[in-house]
Amino acid sequence: MSDHDNAGEDRRGFLKCMAWAGTGALFTVSGGLMSSISLDQAMAAPMKAKGFTFLQISDSHVGFNKPANPDSKATYQEAVSKIIAMPVKPDFIIHTGDITQLSKDSEFDDADQIIKQAGLTVFHVPGEHDMLDEGAGKAYLDRYGKGTKGAGWYSFDHKGVHFVALINVVNLKAGGMGSLGADQLAWLEKDLAGRPSSQPIVVFAHIPLWTVYADWGWGTDDAAQALSHLKRFGSVTVLNGHIHQITQKVEGNIAFHTARSTAFPQPVGGQGPSPGPLKVPTEQLHSMLGITTATFVRGSQPIALVDQTLAT
Amino acid sequence: MLKTLKVGALALSISLGVVAAAAISGPGAHAAATAGPTVNIDNFVFGPEALTVTVGTTVTWVNRDDIPHTVVANDKSFKSKVMDTDEKFSFTFTKAGEFGYFCSLHPHMVGKVIVKAA
Repeated sequence: MSDHDNAGEDRRGFLKCMAWAGTGALFTVSGGLMSSISLDQAMAAPMKAKGFTFLQISDSHVGFNKPANPDSKATYQEAVSKIIAMPVKPDFIIHTGDITQLSKDSEFDDADQIIKQAGLTVFHVPGEHDMLDEGAGKAYLDRYGKGTKGAGWYSFDHKGVHFVALINVVNLKAGGMGSLGADQLAWLEKDLAGRPSSQPIVVFAHIPLWTVYADWGWGTDDAAQALSHLKRFGSVTVLNGHIHQITQKVEGNIAFHTARSTAFPQPVGGQGPSPGPLKVPTEQLHSMLGITTATFVRGSQPIALVDQTLAT
Repeated sequence: MLKTLKVGALALSISLGVVAAAAISGPGAHAAATAGPTVNIDNFVFGPEALTVTVGTTVTWVNRDDIPHTVVANDKSFKSKVMDTDEKFSFTFTKAGEFGYFCSLHPHMVGKVIVKAA
């Protein structure tokens, strides 16, 4: 039960929630905010009651062993070691998909063994690479789908923030991009109905929920319908993976962000022959892989997304 | 003339054995499937994107990318398993028509096979 559900009970609680909404807007005004805060600053920010951090990790592609990164297991391990070394322990990790390269049991096993070392709860959504087993996603759902709905979507509350995990990598249509589907959209509408607009929302899914580059399928066909249900909220953060690079965009109160991969970089949309792995000199690879820390601090900066490379 | 060709083909297949028989595509060949063209998947593109064949032709797709792909007919009449680098999938077209297909992982990748009566 979120404390924001009780926000109407007293004026003080209401104002607290307004502060969330108001400071969410700060993010909108200052587009460069996310990149302007260093990890040290974010970590040093005073942690008032209910403030917390969580971590986004993405596109680990465990099993990938091609020239762009012959050892995706090792770089995933490095990313998890960074999490373990953090001075402020994140409350949990969200993994925005493409855990594995080919959905093999051995790849899922290896990935689980590595992330387990962080000792934190991990919330998953699948990428298209996690849907390649004979059962078209059964392997993923057997492992991570307990208590989820449909193809694996779910939501939860944490310290007043509502988190929504969406699946946009199943039942894709020829010529299209990512897809949420009617069932999931109906569930989302219901899931958000009745929540106060002052409640901060974090949505995470594998493929970007805004169109980054249509020619390479970097978008979600029916994202507009999902966003229409999110528009009324004062602070919405959308976290995606899939494109192995940082992109960000702010639209009204909705801030979009894509994370780096821990396995291999991909080219900027349209700048290259294809969205395939970008081969960079070995000494550059670590500076193009990374993780993202999200910091919520009640009363000051509510949402700060800090991207950290494996080279730092 | 046709008869001569047939006999010639038969003689060839006998002399070269099974391997040769599979490769025969002349009018007299009785093989159920004729060896056909290859569609290369390169840089997230099916090449050629449109391919015209005759009924009975086997088309083979080969994934030349570092990323896995699939080949799935829009009407679901054929569907490959996931193909990792250099893996192949073949399908024999037994009906005339136009068959659109796509990669179910990267659905912006589309292609078609136009199958004409033999």
